[in-house]
Amino acid sequence: MGIGQRKVTRNVNMEKLRNGFLFPEINTRQMAHMVKYPSAAVISLGVGDTTEPIPSVVTKAMAEYALALSTHEGYRGYGAEQGDKRLRETIAEKMYANMGINGSEVFISDGAQCDIARLQMLFGSNMTIAAQDPTFPGYVDMGIIMGQTGEYDDKSNKYKGIEYLRCEPRNNFFPDFSKVPRTDIIFFCSPNNPTGQAASREQLKELVEVAKLNGSIIVYDSAYSSYICDDSPRSIYEIPGAKEVAIEISSFSKFAGFTGVRLGWAVVPAELSYSSGFPVLRDFDRIVCTSFNGASSISQIGGLACLSDEGYKAIKDVIGVYKENVKIIVDTFTSLGKEVYGGVNSPYAWVHFPGRKSWDVFNEILEETHIITVPGCGFGPGGEGFIRVGGFNRRECILEASRRFRSYFG
Amino acid sequence: MGKLQAGYLFPEIARRRAAHLSKNPDAQVISLGIGDTTEPIPDVITNAMAERARALSTVEGYSGYGAEQGEKKLRSAIASTYYKGLGIDESDIFVSDGAKCDISRLQVLFGSGVKIAVQDPSYPAYVDSSVIMGQTGLYDNQRYASIEYMRCDPQNGFFPDLSLISNADVIFFCSPNNPTGSAASREQLTQLVQYAKKTGSIIVYDSAYAMYISDDSPKSIYEIDGAREVAIEISSFSKYAGFTGVRLGWTVVPKELLFSDGFPVAKDFNRIVCTCFNGASNIAQAGGLACLSPEGLKAMQSTINFYKENTQIIMDTFTKLGFNVYGGKNAPYVWVHFPGRSSWDVFAEILEKANVVTTPGSGFGPGGEGFVRVSAFGHRENVLEASRRMSQLYK
Repeated sequence: MGIGQRKVTRNVNMEKLRNGFLFPEINTRQMAHMVKYPSAAVISLGVGDTTEPIPSVVTKAMAEYALALSTHEGYRGYGAEQGDKRLRETIAEKMYANMGINGSEVFISDGAQCDIARLQMLFGSNMTIAAQDPTFPGYVDMGIIMGQTGEYDDKSNKYKGIEYLRCEPRNNFFPDFSKVPRTDIIFFCSPNNPTGQAASREQLKELVEVAKLNGSIIVYDSAYSSYICDDSPRSIYEIPGAKEVAIEISSFSKFAGFTGVRLGWAVVPAELSYSSGFPVLRDFDRIVCTSFNGASSISQIGGLACLSDEGYKAIKDVIGVYKENVKIIVDTFTSLGKEVYGGVNSPYAWVHFPGRKSWDVFNEILEETHIITVPGCGFGPGGEGFIRVGGFNRRECILEASRRFRSYFG
Repeated sequence: MGKLQAGYLFPEIARRRAAHLSKNPDAQVISLGIGDTTEPIPDVITNAMAERARALSTVEGYSGYGAEQGEKKLRSAIASTYYKGLGIDESDIFVSDGAKCDISRLQVLFGSGVKIAVQDPSYPAYVDSSVIMGQTGLYDNQRYASIEYMRCDPQNGFFPDLSLISNADVIFFCSPNNPTGSAASREQLTQLVQYAKKTGSIIVYDSAYAMYISDDSPKSIYEIDGAREVAIEISSFSKYAGFTGVRLGWTVVPKELLFSDGFPVAKDFNRIVCTCFNGASNIAQAGGLACLSPEGLKAMQSTINFYKENTQIIMDTFTKLGFNVYGGKNAPYVWVHFPGRSSWDVFAEILEKANVVTTPGSGFGPGGEGFVRVSAFGHRENVLEASRRMSQLYK
């Protein structure tokens, strides 16, 4: 027995994981590339990391609050684990106006990735899950870690026990639910990361119907809803009946550039209950009180400032910058004759490279143009043959990337 | 989730306080219950946080996603401040949003197949997270089946008799202890490390109150030879820097620590941190770095000393009243014995008759029955007033 070798068995679920989490892997490759080519100006259109400064009305509020923590009147200790009351209520008012969601159903968090983990802890190992294919890898990875899945199957590139809901150009990026067996939980991200597709009102009505029929719970990820510019629903609760079947998660990360500041929220409607009638909200509250101690009070004040009239306007301007960025990318690839999806209601362009392996395309683009993207298969087997190109970078880098793409692929 | 008996302890205390206040709206309730810090954060720390916040509005100062493991400078400062010469370096440090969150992430790491041991009494999050993760059986007779409860009481000097306990995969050990305030000695911790070596267990050592130590009790498990091969350590800025709302802590997972198949625990923990978490707030981390500057350390020690003076006042009060009082020397908690009485009854009595909130010992485990935890986090005038009221109530 090695000196530090314990008799504690490694968690079998951790063993099932095939690779590291997708985005740190991309970062590792980026760093290796930069070591290999120290003078190359590497441009990252990979990890969706925001780059534009946060509006000063927001940071001013955070700075002021931080300084106030040094005063007797302004000092605050533990906040409510569920979040600052005003922030919860403001989110309910501003994001869920006329949808019958109130502040007590909003749980403030340190981000959607953390909420996904806490929701999976809440659900436990005995749940069956379905997720879009492709989709943000956090849902599936957490499912594996929590023991909801079987082993990875090399032939299909899928983990056994998960229902992969194929979303592709052929089916308008909306799954054919008639072909899918019932699962307890359905993870649905709209606008979708990575495909950029925002589900229509009709499609979401169907999703809610399926969940009603099957007695499933939808976990609806609306982290990119602020990028929607048509009349696609911004929240699942725009659909009648959704409160009885859906939890919604969202985040200030891509909305307000809070990727480092850390703030998000989960909506768990009071109507949502388990088969026994026990309200899901009560159990989620217990998880939040036991596994969490609230989002940083400073971040929460920042969140409130984001939702003020002035803050919201300034933030929409920043979102506009990213939307213009991704439009440049979409136009670039379109002009190169590629099929491009997304990019309209989302900061991501989903570019098709038919017949090619996505890691090969990723490597080729990296080697030849020094641009980081994300290989589609990292989001699920349905992502094979696609590359995700993000609009998160400074304008000059986006323009330079566009030049390099035109030069290389033209 | 169905196995959990009640709400988490501290929200329950908050509920009872609120209920009491609504029944007695004019009561001047003093909270010595939940260990919530009350004193302002030193300027040097908040200035750094304000600066970082403002910088986020500039092109040069803006930063997006940080490393999930934490900012390099902070990891390095934690290693050099708290683990100098102990063989722990910055790459063993994982910055978090607090110890409570780390406890759950560690439980997700371990999975449902492990059996845990906890001190009895101890901080309730270890047991509760274990139940949630499916590591336990049903609740019966004040205990969850499959958890090893290691009794710590005045008779055994608040250190468990390790010969009496059956094997557990993970041993949660908090020192200085919440709620008893007892800090384990070098000899005791050596015994614990030896025990874990022998049984092949992993110790999760909670050192959140280490800076409250007054004597030469070890501040870190890694002061003990061989600890790097058996122990994870968690800690927090909450009770040092008043960061209870700001949210910042860390976990140490030494490279030497391996699972039974030789797989490094740190590699799996890193995967958990990258998947379930996205880093502590960058503003909080800037604050943490300022905490560990020479000026910051001095300022934190000053605040800690203030709370320690509070603790002394509370200890003296109960001692003068003839109670057996424990803890207090190396921790901001006083553990008062009310022999033969139900701790929830004493809690209710003190709340109703003196308008002071405490925490009933049984909330920390069956070994806490007959004790009440009085926390020393409060403004000086409140601590003095609470002491006056105790003296009246129990004279």
